[in-house]
Amino acid sequence: MKFGLLINEGPYNHQAADTAYQFARAALAKGHQVQRIFFYHDGVNNATKLTEPPQDDRHIVNRWSKLGQENGIDLVVCVAAGLRRGLVEDNLAPGFRISGLGQLVEAGIESDRLVVFGD
Amino acid sequence: MLHIVNKSPYERNSLSSCLAHAGKGSALLLIEDAVYAATRGNVAEAGIRRALETLAVYALGPDLEARGMQANVIEGVQVVDFAGFVDLAAEHRTSHSWL
Amino acid sequence: MTQTRDEIGEDEAGHGVVKKFMFVNRKAPYGTIYALEGLEVVLISAAFDQDVSLAFLDDGVYQLVKGQQTKSLEVKNFSPTYRALEGYDIEKLYVEHESLEARGIREDQLLVPVQVVSAEEITRLMDEQDVIIGF
Repeated sequence: MKFGLLINEGPYNHQAADTAYQFARAALAKGHQVQRIFFYHDGVNNATKLTEPPQDDRHIVNRWSKLGQENGIDLVVCVAAGLRRGLVEDNLAPGFRISGLGQLVEAGIESDRLVVFGD
Repeated sequence: MLHIVNKSPYERNSLSSCLAHAGKGSALLLIEDAVYAATRGNVAEAGIRRALETLAVYALGPDLEARGMQANVIEGVQVVDFAGFVDLAAEHRTSHSWL
Repeated sequence: MTQTRDEIGEDEAGHGVVKKFMFVNRKAPYGTIYALEGLEVVLISAAFDQDVSLAFLDDGVYQLVKGQQTKSLEVKNFSPTYRALEGYDIEKLYVEHESLEARGIREDQLLVPVQVVSAEEITRLMDEQDVIIGF
């Protein structure tokens, strides 16, 4: 199966980013493809390179960068939602790209399953 | 249809709204704070027991364990891990996350 | 039965897959951004020639109430955008009767023509969809 994921909330504030991450890992472990992860609303905050969480807890942003790069997952941040929240190229973490909402619709069309994670 | 609910029924109406719109033969997966709804004594217990008559109901094990609720699950609710979550998403043509 | 996108079917011109997308609105406007940013997804979806419908239930029905005046709040009034949907060929707007009734809202208080349907009908419509995105 080709999975597309939509993540609507930022790291730490809500569990969405964690649940989505564990889902993505489990999907990959089962041999599925995670084609695209689209970050919308406050979900764009998963892509800022400026986070410095406590050392004894998970680093959500770095985890995404690593997962995306190791598995060829297209990590897309919505340009409009990003601009609203100050997430732009200058502070974008590795492995992410900024693009339009069309990429979300496309993920819905091209993947076999679109799963939504939010508040 | 795979219905996914993630909030406690005391906090939000997403579970009751979901149950009012879950067709026969659908599956309901409780994740994050919604796993409390899968436990005995919760306000949702009667609704979950009723739902079990027409739907398959699942709860995400890691979320139950994180909250120390793994020993309280209502009989009939199936506990799954993330691999099971993936299987459910693959098995059902569409998922609906009730946020 | 599982279906891949190849089994769902191509439109006549063979331009690609046409899927049934439903955007589910359950939140009131202004208290959170979901109604506004959700609408932005709907507008973009118009460019993709998919079979799009919108469902309004629970507090989502409040998004369609006439007479929204946001000047004192100094936030953008985005309710006119619902009237623009028709121009984008997005015409399937389903509003749940039970949600309206529970809130004392009548159909004539809504700012666009909609189809008021029962919860049972909403359930049936949802079960027909390929992709459901809730805001």
